[in-house]
Amino acid sequence: MDGITYQCLGLLQLKTTILAVKFNGGVIIGSDSRASMGESYVSSKTINKLIQVHDRIFCCIAGSLADAQAVTKMAKFQLSFHSIQMESPPLVKAAASIMRELCYNNKEELQAGFITAGWDRKKGPQIYVVSLGGMLLSQPFTIGGSGSTYIYGYVDAKFKPDMSLEEAIQFSTNALALAMGRDNVSGGVVHLVVITEAEVKHVVVPGNKLPKFHDE
Amino acid sequence: MSFPASVSTLNNYNDLYPDWTQREVSTGTTIMAVEFDGGVVMGADSRTTTGAYIANRVTDKLTPIHERIFCCRSGSAADTQAIADAVTYQLGFHSIELDEAPLVQTAASLFRDMCYRYREELMAGIIVAGWDPRRGGQVYTVPVGGMMTRQPVSVGGSGSSYIYGYVDSNYRPAMSKEECLKFTAEALTLAMERDGSSGGVVRLAVISEQGVERQVILGNQLPKFSTV
Repeated sequence: MDGITYQCLGLLQLKTTILAVKFNGGVIIGSDSRASMGESYVSSKTINKLIQVHDRIFCCIAGSLADAQAVTKMAKFQLSFHSIQMESPPLVKAAASIMRELCYNNKEELQAGFITAGWDRKKGPQIYVVSLGGMLLSQPFTIGGSGSTYIYGYVDAKFKPDMSLEEAIQFSTNALALAMGRDNVSGGVVHLVVITEAEVKHVVVPGNKLPKFHDE
Repeated sequence: MSFPASVSTLNNYNDLYPDWTQREVSTGTTIMAVEFDGGVVMGADSRTTTGAYIANRVTDKLTPIHERIFCCRSGSAADTQAIADAVTYQLGFHSIELDEAPLVQTAASLFRDMCYRYREELMAGIIVAGWDPRRGGQVYTVPVGGMMTRQPVSVGGSGSSYIYGYVDSNYRPAMSKEECLKFTAEALTLAMERDGSSGGVVRLAVISEQGVERQVILGNQLPKFSTV
């Protein structure tokens, strides 16, 4: 997901940092808010990369913006249709499978990867990664985008299963802030969406409230 | 900043010749050095690769340049060995002329001069660290391209990208020697777990007024993290 985006010059790219983490009772899905054209122009400081595909299911995207929008639009439609047919809220795995089908069957043309996270009645909070070629994988936490390379060490060291909500928010904010500090195409504010059985909460951490580290 | 050492050459796959006969020997690696009050701690992994083959799984990438000055090497194994040999000679000569221990900054400058002059031909990222009586423990980084700068903590090599976040969040100024050793070992372990070009054992060196102490942490003794 990360390496390919650098080589696609001339396309509007969401080089970014995205993550999703499961905690006790829900998931948090988060991203930075920068959209860049090339390495040096920030075309948007406050873009929201977290897309709601159903009541309790969100997606975040990395890669070609056009491809990501097309796939999520189609997934949203198919998912709502499926949900009406089944007469119940869709499973997170169903949402992720729809994205995977689209990515795998069109792998030659598409250049986008997704993280799908949400809550459903059957399995509770879940996170699925659909990578560039159409692989589907379930993970307790995941990171993606160009900025994610800088925080692999940090998330490997700091992640614990079954964190509380406050710990998970702190973990996500720190990870995104560290990535934004080192990756020049990630930046802006931190967008977090907390998804639980009861509600969906959108938390924005503005630049001046981000955690500071030793050299800042 | 360091340069990801492994560029994919999947297009050049040739059935007749194995991968390791066509690729240059590279210390795609993870190297690190930290200053503390009274000296420096340096660390490196131990993997040298020729394409997908691990040519040496117990490499020593911490190379002595002078009695209390070492360097960590990353990039092309041939280039860094040649540069280190040349600088060792130059620094030894300079030290005899001065009749005193050379400064770490001098060693770093010699590396920088060579890496900058021959920047088109070379692929070398070097961290120079040591102790001298004038300024104590110092770490200088000379990345690809030939810049030189002093940093309290420096990471390099292909595996370093994965641990910038960890180092930024865990480094504190004025750590003790033991804290620096633990910090370095943990950071290197995390990088080795994620970077295919880094692995093996962790080699550490502590340089201070008293001299140089070296340690090796074997694979089964590396720190463990919950998901790794």
